[in-house]
Amino acid sequence: MANPSGIGASVRRREDKRFLTGSGTYTDDINRPGQTFACMVRSPHAHAAIRGIDTAAALAMPGVVAIYTGADMAADNVNGLPCGWLIHNKDGSPMKEPPHFPLARDRARHVGDTVAVVIAETREQAKDAAEALVIDYEERPAVASAVKALEPGAALVHDDVPGNLCYDWHLGDKAATDAAFAQAAHVTTLDLVNNRLVPNAMEPRAAIGEYDRATGEHTLYTTSQNPHVIRLLMGAFVLGIPEHKLRVVAPDVGGGFGSKIFHYAEEAIVTWAAKKVGRPIKWTAERSESFLTDAHGRDHVSRAELALDKDGNFLALRVHTVANMGAYLSTFASSIPTYLYATLLAGQYKTPAIYAEVKAAFTHTTPVDAYRGAGRPEACFLIERIVDKAAIELGIDKAELRRRNFVPKEAMPYQTPVALQYDTGDFAKNLEMALPVVDYAGLAQRKTDAKARGKLRGIGFATYIEACGIAPSNIAGALGARAGLYESAEVRFHPTGSVTVFTGSHSHGQGHETTFAQLVADRFGLPIENIEIVHGDTNKVPFGMGTYGSRSLAVGGSALVKAMDKVERKAKKIAAHLMEAAEADIEVKDGKFSVAGTDKAVTIGEIALAAYVPHNYPLEELEPGLDEQAFYDPKNFTYPNGCHVCEVEIDPETGVTEVVAFTAVDDFGRVINPLIVEGQVHGGIVQGIGQALLENCVYDDETGQLVTGSYMDYCMPRADDVPSFTVQYHEDQPCTHNPLGVKGCGEAGTIGASAAVINAVVDALAEYGVTHIDMPATPQKIWQIVRQATPAMAAE
Amino acid sequence: MANTVTLTVNGKTVTREVEERTLLVHFLRETLGLTGTHVGCDTSQCGACVVHVDGRSVKSCTTLAVQVDGASVTTIEGLAAADGTLHPMQAAFREHHGLQCGFCTPGMVMSAVDLVRENPTPSEKDVREGLEGNICRCTGYHNIVKAVLTGAEAMRSGSDAKIAAE
Repeated sequence: MANPSGIGASVRRREDKRFLTGSGTYTDDINRPGQTFACMVRSPHAHAAIRGIDTAAALAMPGVVAIYTGADMAADNVNGLPCGWLIHNKDGSPMKEPPHFPLARDRARHVGDTVAVVIAETREQAKDAAEALVIDYEERPAVASAVKALEPGAALVHDDVPGNLCYDWHLGDKAATDAAFAQAAHVTTLDLVNNRLVPNAMEPRAAIGEYDRATGEHTLYTTSQNPHVIRLLMGAFVLGIPEHKLRVVAPDVGGGFGSKIFHYAEEAIVTWAAKKVGRPIKWTAERSESFLTDAHGRDHVSRAELALDKDGNFLALRVHTVANMGAYLSTFASSIPTYLYATLLAGQYKTPAIYAEVKAAFTHTTPVDAYRGAGRPEACFLIERIVDKAAIELGIDKAELRRRNFVPKEAMPYQTPVALQYDTGDFAKNLEMALPVVDYAGLAQRKTDAKARGKLRGIGFATYIEACGIAPSNIAGALGARAGLYESAEVRFHPTGSVTVFTGSHSHGQGHETTFAQLVADRFGLPIENIEIVHGDTNKVPFGMGTYGSRSLAVGGSALVKAMDKVERKAKKIAAHLMEAAEADIEVKDGKFSVAGTDKAVTIGEIALAAYVPHNYPLEELEPGLDEQAFYDPKNFTYPNGCHVCEVEIDPETGVTEVVAFTAVDDFGRVINPLIVEGQVHGGIVQGIGQALLENCVYDDETGQLVTGSYMDYCMPRADDVPSFTVQYHEDQPCTHNPLGVKGCGEAGTIGASAAVINAVVDALAEYGVTHIDMPATPQKIWQIVRQATPAMAAE
Repeated sequence: MANTVTLTVNGKTVTREVEERTLLVHFLRETLGLTGTHVGCDTSQCGACVVHVDGRSVKSCTTLAVQVDGASVTTIEGLAAADGTLHPMQAAFREHHGLQCGFCTPGMVMSAVDLVRENPTPSEKDVREGLEGNICRCTGYHNIVKAVLTGAEAMRSGSDAKIAAE
């Protein structure tokens, strides 16, 4: 019988018990001896010169330990927070990278920019003293919109960045695209906005800095998706601390969704200041601070044009996008609207020519970076919206137009015109699986029934593809990446046969402690209880690039497989010695090493014992011990894909949209734990529905103030905003280039859902002449459309 | 200014000095070290801080410690049986994968238990509306709803929800 905890089993999560009993250890749950508390003093202005900071009154407040400003950091030669990806302009020149100091010097550039830190005995004392700080600001004009920031005469965010232009980049064959447009029978044009979002992981960011005078070692506890990356960026670039003197621990982390990838100012501030005050310093964000300082997501304004022939075949796609970077370049900000966006503009379609231009602008807003999907939801939204619009204009069924243009599975591997090479995918199969599930044939009847109840019913498709596990390192490096994109794993068998796995991936909800253990249980026939997965501590795990971009299983899991391969190779030699057989005769199955054609066998546990108590052991040929480490650098991205279908009903009296059904059919390659995979899809879908119907980050254009700065103003999806979902997947198209055949499932729901929802809303509103609606499709927006359209329709 | 409060927390009587402005959630987390109760927002919206005060769910981020002087408080740490057996609602969350990062989970479970106390036979709609004051960013609520419906059934029958063997 197969291992009940092996690959493909819906093993219940091993991490759940601690979370369900309140025994998890999140950063704010940690308290260090002698700990002080930091309050970050934040700019209330979107743009202001800092003319002076008077600390005297605040320093005299009870419990205050120290107050530091940008000048103190400058005196210690602290550098700015680096950006991890260099983008080149069309003309080959490098993008603009103005410095991003942890504590602002001279100028505040967005509401929430950190201007000073107050350290006190208690959190309350730190907050009280922060209010007593006197900061002389001289307000300056601000610009919040990226489009306006690029207009002549716009307020400058950085004096040495003319026109606020970070970069002007392009991808694809412009001449071929223009030529295809010149011959097109039909051109569909769509202007669209991909609205700015606030990631809102439920655990607010937190950081504790600590310095050990005896060893000279700094420790940072932080809410991070990738502690080794933080160690590298903060140690090498910002504070100048060598890596062997810097430990970064990311314990239990309460969700990330991209927003906890980046190296943030507060991490550097508490680490640097802990040495100065000689005591640990804890900082925990309040939710208002999260809204102001967690990197935001999306914020694109685009014009898209699709050229088609008379039969509805796509000939070319042309895209112009303006992307908002915010006030500074966050860690991976520059790569999101370029290599994670424009490279996905082929979608699932064999469009022969594609050309994309992207202008990135600095604005007086919070920095924008990767948020679940990161560039790929923006690409999917654009493609799937314009395909729907083209179908309406040409009078072709929306499923049929997609089917007609899919890259056929026979064409795999398929080289797109925008750099990527898809390895596998059967896009038609996803669609054909979905159609009966959603009862596409019965749609007309459901629309009629809804009409009789006074409701407007609509259906929306999104056939998405994404690129996960960004790689390989050498190609990414040639495209501007300043880091490697591999992952590490160490598999340590203990003398009594239990196993500790050290992985550079980081789990903050994804269930690695279960899934990764399943891989080991499956490989060596071990009970899952005998396997421990360790992550999130640079002093325990050899190295790691962390978890983002749905990479953990495809890259981290593959590294684990490589390390297990090494363990098995050594174990075979030991087994051969123990059974006095030739290594070539050793067969391995489910952790049992047997001599072919005999009943002689030893288990991996016996081999481990022999490796650590090497009395009967080939010491001349082999080192003792059974502990192997591997790094895995992927050959290509993986390409999860699927078909998401949303059905909505709109009440024209109130403008309220109800999502009545949502079906996802996905191809994630091989699935290790179906329960966890489905959970990832559910969560992703709701983030997509959230963007489409509820969530919106709004800045006041005149003042640059964040209007949606709390859960009172920013509409988070709640349990009664969404239905239950139908989630299916097939495993027919495993990834061809990693040892597990896995593709990644963390972002799929978010990538497909927003386009599927808006397509459904537009379909429902078709009778009002609606061809597009920007996100979020709020009741107010829909009510206005219905009200404005009704008199005209009544007059017909 | 310091005040003395005496309350019963998870069955144990505690007496402590607190500032007037000390919130119940900070009292639990920092004074008593019960860090299972979380703070997810500052506007009483997210529900990560839900505990039971005299058997009813409250948001401990908008309750002052001095307000609950004399009351009985149950936190997530006090929900399982003394021998470690999970409460049926906790077991149902695990069985149905009703949690991912775990941060909203303590508040979500405490709210769900009170929801079922008030309405022992909730429909899916009842559960969704009843949990409107708890935000989860990970699960999309699908499995939370399944878990609460299963947990309600188990609480009615007085038996523990089945925990599948690992």
